Amino acid sequence: MRTEVNNKAIVIIGNGISGITTARHLRKNSSHSITIISEESPYFFSRTALMYVYMGHLQFEHTQPYEPHFWEHNNIDLVQKRVNQLDAQNQTLVFEDGTRLSYDTLVLATGSMPNRLGWAGQNLEAVQGLYHKKDLEDLEKWTNSINTAVVVGGGLIGIELAEMLHSRGKKVHFLVRESSFWNTVLPPEESKLINQHIRAHGIDLRLSTELESIEGGPSGRVCGVVSSQKETLTCEWVGLAVGVSPNIHFLKDSGLALGKGIQVNRYLETNLPNIYAVGDCAEQLEPSAGRQSIEAVWYTGRMMGETLAQTLTGNKTAYQPGPWFNSAKFFDIEYQTYGLVSPTPDPEKEAQLYWQHPKKNCALRLSFDPHTLDFMGALSLGIRLRHESFDSWLQKKSSMNHVVQELGESFFDPEFTPSYLAEIQKEWEIKRSTAILH
Amino acid sequence: MGNKKINRNTTLKAIQMNVIKKHSSMGIGLLGLALLLVALIISFDHKVIWLSSSFLLMTTGGLFYFQTVYGQRLPGIKNDGVWFSSLSARGISGWLLGMGLTAFYVAIYWFPEVLGFNTQGQSSGLVALFDPLSYLLNGQAATQWFLYGTLYTFAILLFGVKFIWKYWGNRYQLFRTLSVLFFQLCFAFLIPEILAKLNPSTPYFAKDLKNMWPLNYYFLDEWHLTNMITGGNLGLFFLLFGLGLLFIGSPILTYFYGKRWYCSWVCGCGGLAETAGDAFRQLSSKKVSVWKLERWMIHAVLVFISITTIAALWSFLTQNPELSLLSREQFIGGVVIFLLLVMAVLFFWKKDGLEKDAKYTLISLGSIIVLSLCVQGFSGQNNILFLNSYSFQKWYGFGVGAAFSGVLGVGFYPFLGSRVWCRFGCPMAAILGLQQRLFSKFRITTNGGQCISCGNCSAYCEMGIDVRAYAQRGENIVRSSCVGCGICSAVCPRGVLKLENDNLENRINTTTYPLGNAMKVRA
Repeated sequence: MRTEVNNKAIVIIGNGISGITTARHLRKNSSHSITIISEESPYFFSRTALMYVYMGHLQFEHTQPYEPHFWEHNNIDLVQKRVNQLDAQNQTLVFEDGTRLSYDTLVLATGSMPNRLGWAGQNLEAVQGLYHKKDLEDLEKWTNSINTAVVVGGGLIGIELAEMLHSRGKKVHFLVRESSFWNTVLPPEESKLINQHIRAHGIDLRLSTELESIEGGPSGRVCGVVSSQKETLTCEWVGLAVGVSPNIHFLKDSGLALGKGIQVNRYLETNLPNIYAVGDCAEQLEPSAGRQSIEAVWYTGRMMGETLAQTLTGNKTAYQPGPWFNSAKFFDIEYQTYGLVSPTPDPEKEAQLYWQHPKKNCALRLSFDPHTLDFMGALSLGIRLRHESFDSWLQKKSSMNHVVQELGESFFDPEFTPSYLAEIQKEWEIKRSTAILH
Repeated sequence: MGNKKINRNTTLKAIQMNVIKKHSSMGIGLLGLALLLVALIISFDHKVIWLSSSFLLMTTGGLFYFQTVYGQRLPGIKNDGVWFSSLSARGISGWLLGMGLTAFYVAIYWFPEVLGFNTQGQSSGLVALFDPLSYLLNGQAATQWFLYGTLYTFAILLFGVKFIWKYWGNRYQLFRTLSVLFFQLCFAFLIPEILAKLNPSTPYFAKDLKNMWPLNYYFLDEWHLTNMITGGNLGLFFLLFGLGLLFIGSPILTYFYGKRWYCSWVCGCGGLAETAGDAFRQLSSKKVSVWKLERWMIHAVLVFISITTIAALWSFLTQNPELSLLSREQFIGGVVIFLLLVMAVLFFWKKDGLEKDAKYTLISLGSIIVLSLCVQGFSGQNNILFLNSYSFQKWYGFGVGAAFSGVLGVGFYPFLGSRVWCRFGCPMAAILGLQQRLFSKFRITTNGGQCISCGNCSAYCEMGIDVRAYAQRGENIVRSSCVGCGICSAVCPRGVLKLENDNLENRINTTTYPLGNAMKVRA
């Protein structure tokens, strides 16, 4: 630890991955005073792991990557309180209980809130989202003795909720607005494969179906939903998973420039001095090429935290994520992606090689520039890929020929897993001859 | 709608059917177990019938149960409800099972007469029930150890089937489990019994080829050495094979594959932990403080058995100069040179791989042993390290061989997890672990920046390694305790972990930033 003459009081709101990563790297590189505020939980936990607690794979304590003594040992103060107001003029935070805390530097890492789209009945009992630790507690309370659940929203949280409820023996109706699961991201073949897999688990997947309204019983608890097909589904619990938005309501009158999120420049600076924002709540005013202004993903939150800690310890650094990557798991099928793979590519700009196992839930799609044959991205289902290989191919703009030739080194499945390298390479030989002709 | 209703009813019916199947198959299996318990009190007349019905019932019940729970589902991770189950989350069932197992081990080691064993004459009760099988295999009446070996092997086979079913779709788990089943059934159980039957006149020595010193702690004790040396070609073969495996085979295999080649592919203790103990793997503690305790304990046991063995060899050489090629002075000289060599290699080549506390311990302990051995060599006493070798052996056998590896190691599965012995006590694991940490190509590779810190890997690590602590930093896992079971990789929802044997370069990659961030960091 380096000792600096001018130690500052750095206050971080939010103990999710963005705030915690900022704090850890601040501590590594400085002796500033660090305070982390969170109303949600005393200690950092992995939000992505809440589902495993509900399913009985983990206890809540397992989702906490650091033992409680870690924070004291690293001289990081934890405060479990709710911030009601930011008084930027006086560099002070006002808590719900009226107490105040002043800061030299403020880092906003407040995360997201689940969306509610104004449906009739959306505030009934046993209607909820899944984001917050309290949502997990509510879920336990509301679903413990139910038989039938409805999940609304065909994204990553939606399918997680469906899997969670299903694992506890509940009948699940899964309402998805799109005509095929997550087809805004997944190309048609992959999306279809996931549709089939969801149904193979016994989930009642209803595509092209939206939520019309939520019906309540006399006790104020949900008793059913009406779908856009005007069909009534009786249920005892409704999960809403139609996306998230930055959690910024308490900042409305703070003078911060707010769009959808807290607007920040490339250095993660807000419009106000000494205030920064990282993670889900930050809205990039100048996102890197091909990237979204808000990316509510674990990995980007972590990278923003790493970057900001550099700036705050005297090495001013712009947020510059490397090639895009992401992962998820749909019931039993793992999903990984690197670079750009469009669900419906413009044939002038993006060509694709697709291979799918005839029986197993394994598929790999590689995208490339149809003119130069430069490799552009990969998307896999049921095949683990090595991040390092793809990161390097994308950074070096390797050719598709090279990638397909070296593909074997990127397979990351456990030893003895059958390799489909030969099949994929054969597919490429066929594709390449037509691609070059084109 | 009508159709939907029927569907719903059929699903409900299927769920109810499953519940019925689960309960009835468990009932059948428990009935088989109950027959064994009855044999504790009543001595059956028609032993063949009772014994085979018991095993038949346990097998049928078990297989039906596992088929119902795991066989009808899509391949994937099947840890639903692990922490809600009374058995696997230290509930009442877990406590009852733990106490039952502990009682069984206490009886086996110290009160075999409870099981019907009679040192003077014919056994009765449960031990006698196994007579038909024992006569068939080794030509002798059953002992409590034959009973134990049979049940042990049966448990590995039955729960091995469960394990394969549970992790269906993962070939690493399939091959590893088949290997463990094979080594237990053939090397640990059948071959030794049959060899004993074929060589009835040779004195007793352990005939499990894979059971090396120091896991087999009496391998170099006087009586065992004498029996091997006087045990004809077979005895000599076992002696040479045991030494060859320890000094040549094992280091080579560990260099190429890590200690997993032994601990989770071959070893019987590991075999039981991986199969019957699988339901309890998540109970191992991941606290940093427990890791510290682990390092002290396992190395203390290693020192204990080393001293015990040196003492045993000393007294063997003193008493049987005609049976050996070395004099006791040459032996002591050899041990001193060997220890000095090992210490020199560790310090000059691998000093970066050792923690500070490990270095201090190594220096102080090594010097004490070497010094005492030198004093010993000159003083010409009969008792090595001024202590009686028999009392050393006795205390090791009682404290470590029986109480630690048996009672604590298996009896406490439902309380402390399945690898308590392997993690805190096994001196074999300590030696292989040192080799794995410093001289091996094995590591668990972390997949760049893909970790989401969910904690499944750490939770299901039976050795209590906080796998996530490495994975979330993008750092490879190179830990002496890792037995390479591969479950962390299996349960990872994001494809982050891969067991690999690869170049020694960059094997330990201390990273500050996981892959994915393109920022320039100041040096």
